[in-house]
Amino acid sequence: MSKSKGTLISNLVDFRDWIDARFPLSRIWNEHLANYYAPKNFNFWYFFGAFAILVLGIQVVTGIWLTMNYKPSAEEAFASVEYIMRDTEWGWLIRYMHSTGASAFFIVIYLHMFRALLYGSYKKPRELLWLSGMALYLLLMGEAFFGYLLPWGQMSYWGAQVIISLFGALPIIGDDLSLWIRGDFVVSDVTLNRFFALHVIAFPLLILGLVGFHILALHEVGSNNPDGIEIKKNKDADGVPIDGIPFHPYYTVKDLMGAVVFLIFFFAVVFFTPEMKIPGTQGLFLESANFVQANPLQTPEHIAPVWYFTPFYAILRAVPSQLGGVIAMGLAVNLFLLLPWLDRSPVRSSRYRGRNYRIALTLFVVSFLILGWLGLQVVTPVYTWMARFFTIVYFLFFFLMPFYTALDKDKRVPDRVTS
Amino acid sequence: MTLFKFLTRIILFIFLISSLEVFATSNSKLMHMEVDLSNQQSLQRGAKIFVNYCLSCHSATYMRYNRIGEDLNIKDDILKENLIFSGDKIGDVMSIAMKSEDAINFFGVTPPDLSVIARSRGPDWLYTYLHTFYVDDSRPFGVNNLAYKDTAMPHVLWELQGAQQLIQSGKNVTVHYKPTYKNSLELVSSGLQSEKEYDKTIRDLVNYLVYMGEPIKLKRKKIGIWVIFYLSILLIITYMLKKEYWRDIH
Amino acid sequence: MKNKILDQSRRRFLTTAATVVGGFGAATATVPFVSNMSPSAKTKAIGAPVEVDISKLKPGERMIEKWQGKPVWILRRTSEMLSDISSLSDEVSDPQSDNSAQPDYAKNEFRALKEEFLVVIGICTHLGCSPSFVLKGDGDSISNDWMGGFFCPCHGSRFDLAGRVFKGVPAPYNLVIPPYKFISETRLLIGDDKEIG
Repeated sequence: MSKSKGTLISNLVDFRDWIDARFPLSRIWNEHLANYYAPKNFNFWYFFGAFAILVLGIQVVTGIWLTMNYKPSAEEAFASVEYIMRDTEWGWLIRYMHSTGASAFFIVIYLHMFRALLYGSYKKPRELLWLSGMALYLLLMGEAFFGYLLPWGQMSYWGAQVIISLFGALPIIGDDLSLWIRGDFVVSDVTLNRFFALHVIAFPLLILGLVGFHILALHEVGSNNPDGIEIKKNKDADGVPIDGIPFHPYYTVKDLMGAVVFLIFFFAVVFFTPEMKIPGTQGLFLESANFVQANPLQTPEHIAPVWYFTPFYAILRAVPSQLGGVIAMGLAVNLFLLLPWLDRSPVRSSRYRGRNYRIALTLFVVSFLILGWLGLQVVTPVYTWMARFFTIVYFLFFFLMPFYTALDKDKRVPDRVTS
Repeated sequence: MTLFKFLTRIILFIFLISSLEVFATSNSKLMHMEVDLSNQQSLQRGAKIFVNYCLSCHSATYMRYNRIGEDLNIKDDILKENLIFSGDKIGDVMSIAMKSEDAINFFGVTPPDLSVIARSRGPDWLYTYLHTFYVDDSRPFGVNNLAYKDTAMPHVLWELQGAQQLIQSGKNVTVHYKPTYKNSLELVSSGLQSEKEYDKTIRDLVNYLVYMGEPIKLKRKKIGIWVIFYLSILLIITYMLKKEYWRDIH
Repeated sequence: MKNKILDQSRRRFLTTAATVVGGFGAATATVPFVSNMSPSAKTKAIGAPVEVDISKLKPGERMIEKWQGKPVWILRRTSEMLSDISSLSDEVSDPQSDNSAQPDYAKNEFRALKEEFLVVIGICTHLGCSPSFVLKGDGDSISNDWMGGFFCPCHGSRFDLAGRVFKGVPAPYNLVIPPYKFISETRLLIGDDKEIG
């Protein structure tokens, strides 16, 4: 292209070249967007990674703004949240976006994880991708837990009390450990202050760093797809995967559209039911009991964790021993880490797997959902037995996986992706 | 799925979630009332009842007088004349002079701040609570309550409602959280208001308490409609953009 | 990639439309965040006009009140002080307050609604320090013929008893006069000068 002198375009090109000589801007753009080839057969389930980044952005920005008016002390925390909700301009919107964002984050992450189970995305060579994703999930749980204490309502307080007490159940070190976490004999101003530090700086930094790792790992191995076929196996003469398309512009425009759909649902909740008042609950995203200031002398009548922790909470309650319950709960969260090695099937996608895995996955999802529902309910004998039954189903999905996946009658996987 | 179908589904979704709150409040154990925040006069009356009957013992320390004026269309001088008795300024929060220790001496507890009471208790509970005080000589103030057994609060609206007595027959006795509240109480001496007037008073008060729990609720949904409308337009454009690019692939 | 002939203009139009409409949304989305940082209802309530009782203020004395978090000085000037002010008109840089900030009713030699009372925001117009009140006779270290006034310890700006800045000091303008009015002979309202309704 001949350079016409003085035009805006040529100036911009010059500027880009100036930067490229000093920083790999174009190279990053090409490697991660314009020349990053993603399988062309992504479906609905492949939106959630992009959504997770979007929610992360929303949480970071709204979080920074909330920090401007929030006061991390037992005296003032509850009042400062109401101050944000009433006295600052648009504070209510920022706060509702943050509280809705917390739940949205978990919805997105659970669906993102389900996608991996559905299409075997954790399998070789994506083990590190999966492990970093799981680490992100654990960090997110911590981040949500710390953040939930900050409004200093009754649910905040007693939820933190219960979860910290879980560590107290560990033998020998338990009591000292929970004392160390709280920094006081009960959950107090001291605890609130350190949870604030962890919530607004420590964990966000870790999460942002790990998200970078996660994306780099993804772009190194390349994306899986609903057919579970390695697109790098079929390349054209230029070395470009035949079934791949450049991420930009094809998936950027697609994800942009997806992001708008996501925002429609997100803001529908923010503006129309920020508490997420589903019948039979006291608000899934903002619980009514949390509109009472924390009172260390009185536990509310019915306490349950926020919905995204309830499957594990139900498992905790299902085991009739304190230590056993804590171990079962810890296992339930962490067993996902072992999936790449528990799964013995040579096939990734459930599309081409045999009946065993499809049934197992269905039972697992059903028990996860039912446990989640049970975790919100007041304990009754029937519910306890239900929780025990589904806890067993939940664990069998993992423990029996080496066997049912090895024995599965998998179908033949096609050579090329289907569209 | 076509875009049109999708948009209609979104509208359905929004309709569904905004109706959730209506269902959520219909707890069968409590008497139900429809909250109506669009009725500004009811909110104004409720505010007046609140400052007259509640604000001497209960505070509302997150609520500012001038916010009420702004939201409920009350001019500053009318606000000062009708709602501010304590010598507070117009921008002040609704605090009370009663000290916590004095309250404990008098009531045995500190009356809770009512700023967000409607968000923690819910309108139905408040509505039931304010309706179901009944005479009980064993209690310090001579009254008990069906929604909140052994409540420490005297029946402040007694002069309006009159006195109610428990019907001591059959199974409709003093059971906490009974579905048949109204049937278990009878009016034994009438107050200044008829039953219908008293019910209206309580509805006004509860409406006001719901408003005070979340003042932005008056505007929130209206803003939301614009946001969703804008995003729908953006969705149409981004959908067409995506289709246009993806013609290369298919 | 069969269809090599693309409708480039349609593509360009849709890209532009998405950028413009999306950009509008992004710009609008900054509004809540920007306005969230402006003074809250609480701050405004605290910054509301303050009523001051000046019945105990003796001639020649100064009292300090807080309005919007800023120190407001109320100085009850004696007739000697007033004549000192008049004598300084050549030494101050803006004697008639033409370039300084004050309500119209204070745009005069004494910079006051009533000559006797100076009501002024006690913040130096240079870089925001609060000057000290130095009486006539106590100011030998400031200048030889100190007639009484205000001296800023930060960068040495000097003001007379009407808050007028002297020539040759770093402060560019006279001290700011807030809006105020007399509710009665002995009660002053700072921050509001609307007619009493």
